[in-house]
Amino acid sequence: MSARTILAVVVFTIIAMFFIFTALFIHPFGEPDETDMDDYIIDNTQEETGANNGVTAVVFDYRGFDTLGEATVLFTAVAGVILIFRRLKK
Amino acid sequence: MTEMSKIVRTVTSITFPLAMIYGLYVIAHGHLTPGGGFQGGAIAASACAMVLVAFGSKWTIEKIKEKRLSVLESLGAISFIALALLGLVFGVAFFNNFLTGSNYIFGVVPITGSGLADINTAGILPLMNFAVGLKVIAGLFVIVLVMAYATTSLKEDKK
Repeated sequence: MSARTILAVVVFTIIAMFFIFTALFIHPFGEPDETDMDDYIIDNTQEETGANNGVTAVVFDYRGFDTLGEATVLFTAVAGVILIFRRLKK
Repeated sequence: MTEMSKIVRTVTSITFPLAMIYGLYVIAHGHLTPGGGFQGGAIAASACAMVLVAFGSKWTIEKIKEKRLSVLESLGAISFIALALLGLVFGVAFFNNFLTGSNYIFGVVPITGSGLADINTAGILPLMNFAVGLKVIAGLFVIVLVMAYATTSLKEDKK
């Protein structure tokens, strides 16, 4: 075996150990460490926003500014595509 | 993209309204059922892309100009920001849900807990879903349409 292969195996083993140990010590599924915000949203969404769908309430009400950014990304993508392909069309 | 066979075109003309109705349903019920403006808009834009694939980009761009789609997309963006600014005017903050609990449209607050809710709930969320849905439909469709038409005309130039 060349030195290059040995180095590759060692580096691969170290990186694989990182992932495996992270997966072993992760918190159990469905039980996050901090649940304050989840509990608040689940308890108060219907009363505060009037929406039965909590995800939409978070996306458009609690985190509305984030959605504005997403909309801007889409707008920029459309503007860029039209700008690039305008010359090809003629 | 040239048009496909008659079988594909016929099947597309039958399934296009169904896919479009499903996408619009997901947008309109965004505050009640899973989904919303982005997801329903993606479904409806896929239906439009299906028409583009089946009928060819030339036919499609003759029927609907990409400039009009671009205007629709900007309209969606402007109404989204305008709704957010209305929260500043009538409520207390940017993106404030000022319609919930009021006597106007979409003002009903449902009973807390699981169960069915009226569609007349959730304040500005349905209106924002409509705005974002319009934006996503027009935006995704104009991207696909412009790309397909540009590459088609490029191929014809080379011949």
